Amino acid sequence: MSKTKAIILDPLSDNNPITIQVLGICSALAVTVKMETAIVMCVALTVVLTLSNTVISLLRTVIPFQIRMIVEMSVIASLVVLTDQVLKAYLYDISTQLSVFVGLIITNCIVMGRAEAFALQNPPYLSFLDGLGNALGYSAILIIVASIREVLGSGTWYGMAVLPEAYMGNGLATLAPGAFIIVGLIIWVQRTVIKKFEDS
Amino acid sequence: MELINIAVKAIFIENMVLAFFLGMCSFLALSKKVETATGLGFAVIFVLGITCPMNWVIHEFLLKPEALAWTHIGALSALDLSFLNFICFIAVIASLVQLVEMTLDRFFPALYNALGIFLPLITVNCSILGGSLFMVEREYGFSESLVFGLSAGFGFFLAIVGLAAIREKLRYSNIPPGLRGLGITFILTGLMAIGFLCFAGIQLD
Repeated sequence: MSKTKAIILDPLSDNNPITIQVLGICSALAVTVKMETAIVMCVALTVVLTLSNTVISLLRTVIPFQIRMIVEMSVIASLVVLTDQVLKAYLYDISTQLSVFVGLIITNCIVMGRAEAFALQNPPYLSFLDGLGNALGYSAILIIVASIREVLGSGTWYGMAVLPEAYMGNGLATLAPGAFIIVGLIIWVQRTVIKKFEDS
Repeated sequence: MELINIAVKAIFIENMVLAFFLGMCSFLALSKKVETATGLGFAVIFVLGITCPMNWVIHEFLLKPEALAWTHIGALSALDLSFLNFICFIAVIASLVQLVEMTLDRFFPALYNALGIFLPLITVNCSILGGSLFMVEREYGFSESLVFGLSAGFGFFLAIVGLAAIREKLRYSNIPPGLRGLGITFILTGLMAIGFLCFAGIQLD
């Protein structure tokens, strides 16, 4: 029991995919200008990651070792195509805002990384949990970054005004440099709290 | 002139790494030394320069709505296969990288040794797939996508070599423990991105 619990809870902080494993940074930065896009991206990634981990784990005994990358790629790419089509059908506006970043889930290192590191060696149920845990860890960081950027950048949170109207909005937070610096600071805080340091 | 505009835009204004966050994983992982950064940078220019026009051909003649009209077969002409974009692009990229690797190994061993380990890594570099997806989204033509691919790669090269040069100097500085490694690299990249922001608005025409 404690093992399954650890599989879910570990990626939330101690082994967070973004701040500790350094996977899946690209989309984490690009879609966090607003909460709305960030949440849609989190849901899309959660779906893709849990399903791909489960499917690859189900297939793990039949995939020949030499061509495993191609098999993993095609499983992931098909799942991403499905997600993209669903988004286009039901959330067209948001899917245009996310532009190429839904497609880029294919090359999101979290998906590939978890397939290689976990799903290939573990049974489907555990892989499902691992996918879920990592997706939650990813979503947690995305939501924190998006909250900071939206509040600082436009004075709103999920479209609702939270700061008085006199607040002009800090343009830097909505631009690329703001995203880099905010993520850098979050990593600093988190690593200081859980005391996990890199050698310089 | 249009082509120069696309090149300037892809290199400076809409830099793959600093404005679109593409290829961050290898950007962060391989920017510790200028030498490795240069190797990866060249490999990215090379692969983007090939895959972009290649995927353009595939998109234009196979996948986009009514792309199969050249076959003059009624049922095929009406097809819209653009939902297959992702799968085809990634397959092209993966197989092309494999091909390039084998060709280099056979005919240009010196270049192969220089790029060697970076080539396989490039398949999962999001800037490559991103380049192809942007090319489709912006409706570039063949020569435009060739120029876009090469200059987007050059933009990546500039950014990663610049960051590596700064990180080499960084070794002598005293950084707070929690910020060491990844944290400070992010903040550095942020500062570089601010630098690149001043190119915004340049338009040649």
